[in-house]
Amino acid sequence: MVETQEVIKYPLDDYLRTERLPHIWCPGCGIGMALQALLWSIKELHEQGVIDRKKVCFFTGIGCTARASGFVKFDAIHALHGRAIPVATGAKLGNPSLIPIVFSGDGDIAAIGGNHLLHAARRNFDILVVMINNMTYALTGGQLAPTTPTGVRSTTTPRGNPENVMDTTKFVASLRPNFVARYSVTQPTILRTVFKKALPKRGFRFIEVMSTCTEIFGRHTGFRDPYELYSRLKKICKIKKISSIDEIKYDWENEITCGTFIDKDDPSFLDMYFKMYKPRGMVYGES
Amino acid sequence: MRVEFISGNEASAEGAMTAGLKVYVGYPITPSSDLFEYLSEKLPERGGIVFQGEDEIASINALVGAALAGAKAMTATSGPGLSLMAEGIGLACMVEAPLVIVDVMRAGPSTGIATHVGQGDIMQSRWLSHGPYNLVAFAPFSAQEAFDYTVKAFNVAVRLRLPVILLSDATIAHTRERVVIKESGEIEVEDFKRPTVPPEKYRFYDPDPRDLVPPMAFLGEGYYIHAESLSHDERGYYDTRPSVYRRLVERLVKKVERNKKSIVASKSYYTDDAEILFVAFGSVARSTLALVRDLREQGIKAGLFRPISIWPLDDEKLIEASKRAKKVVVVELNQGQLVEVIEDALWHHQRYDVEVLSLPMILSETPSPDEILDEINSKGWKLW
Ligand SMILES: Cc1ncc(C[n+]2csc(CCOP(=O)(O)OP(=O)(O)O)c2C)c(N)n1
Repeated sequence: MVETQEVIKYPLDDYLRTERLPHIWCPGCGIGMALQALLWSIKELHEQGVIDRKKVCFFTGIGCTARASGFVKFDAIHALHGRAIPVATGAKLGNPSLIPIVFSGDGDIAAIGGNHLLHAARRNFDILVVMINNMTYALTGGQLAPTTPTGVRSTTTPRGNPENVMDTTKFVASLRPNFVARYSVTQPTILRTVFKKALPKRGFRFIEVMSTCTEIFGRHTGFRDPYELYSRLKKICKIKKISSIDEIKYDWENEITCGTFIDKDDPSFLDMYFKMYKPRGMVYGES
Repeated sequence: MRVEFISGNEASAEGAMTAGLKVYVGYPITPSSDLFEYLSEKLPERGGIVFQGEDEIASINALVGAALAGAKAMTATSGPGLSLMAEGIGLACMVEAPLVIVDVMRAGPSTGIATHVGQGDIMQSRWLSHGPYNLVAFAPFSAQEAFDYTVKAFNVAVRLRLPVILLSDATIAHTRERVVIKESGEIEVEDFKRPTVPPEKYRFYDPDPRDLVPPMAFLGEGYYIHAESLSHDERGYYDTRPSVYRRLVERLVKKVERNKKSIVASKSYYTDDAEILFVAFGSVARSTLALVRDLREQGIKAGLFRPISIWPLDDEKLIEASKRAKKVVVVELNQGQLVEVIEDALWHHQRYDVEVLSLPMILSETPSPDEILDEINSKGWKLW
């Protein structure tokens, strides 16, 4: 018989700044689902002794997604809009034993931060980048993102988006870093295993997570009901094995191709730097 | 201790290594690139990493990450690159990341003349980023000072947890001179100010009331620090309350004032009886000093006040140097920037009796003493 009411502890409480909850995300928002999957993967890796959670650092830019750094109980830098990747890069150079995770929005990483993304991927630099793609600039109220589907309305394209859309995963895959994957918040269990796979690896790892933003994106596209938007994403996010990156599609009407498109273990930037320059007294060992 | 015949840029690089530089991130730009190249050769064997960013925005942001990971971090650039660092400098101030930026001034505006000198970044070095903040800038006038003040720049950066700018110029950067290079132990090298409480009690922005500077835990040590670019409380938690904002930003501005005594630096020459006080810094101060000596030989009571810390200014020494002066002439390679700072300081100390004359020279080369004299004569001032 239970005599006193115990405070129920959520298994991820140790990984959250619970005193800062509730978070800012709207009902129907998918960011929390992606973050949850990521936290589970860190917890499992930590408990299995694969990584030390003390070494995990979150780097975020500015945006709804980027606010995640304030809710997680890890070392974190909430940096400038678009600059989470260079901040993470510098931190890794400053202490190669850190495990940097960049967790930010599609506008932050693919638009204003696009140049940093390109070069971090090209260098195969040792960080994990998780890009939450809600197809809009959510925090600022629904302006056009490079990931907004062509034809779709935004507050800055009121008659529809006249631009070609950016398939960030396909773009990053063309730069051949060690790990490239895209999944959706409608595939939470898979997300967890994919994060778990990518986190302990060396080199550049990119995971795009298709997400739902009912309040902002949904408002302009006729998906005000979270269930409707979730179902639409579930329908078009198709997991496939591909033989060439040309087969990756980003088509809001029919198919956003999901899957793990690159998973290899080429020498990373730091592997190469340490081998060629041998910085005195420093080691880049197993993470 | 050893003596070498090196350029100002190389001397800065040596100073940084003496200070314990661990991460250099840069993007090539004349006239700073040879500093980058020098470190690319030397830093790894001294236990550091050199990295070329994709642009200056990447450089400055990477320094913030490196600094908060506990590495002494530096970049070097010139006007166009410094302009790109605007937002990142504000970030460094806000998250209180200690780092050093060497700005080798060249002729502007815009791309200007890459290989020629300028002194147009005085205001830029202080007011570049938006909003209220504060930082420190030193201007060396020789290769030796480039070494000494790079070491000092690191000391001040880690002591105050802020970015420090070394305002060098193309002439100083590329003039080879004798430099005494000291190692840590032979010259004062300060370490980061570290937490004195266990992780549960530690707060990333909890200032030491004496100097207003919060001790610094590094990323990866188990303190679970939260560095925040938004307005924040002592834990680093975003807070929009005006009282929290005010407490934070006032401290960021005041910590330089509070510690001013240990920062300011200047040099006065022939000022005891000087009736005409020249003020100049960097390479222009060398020509101005030569001019002052020429004038002295002619029996004219001229002197020179040379600020080394531009931000903050060593105003007490300026007041002392100007005690007998009736006229103050500010010589600089721009449209008149330092003069504003000098005038401001004199007025602040109620020295309304001195006449401040601005001698801005829009030249892309360091003027000779004769050229400065010609410029003075062309103004028709009755100085002597
Ligand atoms: C330099 C700069 N430009 C613009 C902004 C305004 N801004 C804040 S967040 C944001 C876009 C956010 O979109 P995204 O990165 O996709 O994140 P989301 O909110 O959708 O998660 C913009 C433009 C800013 N903070 N800084």
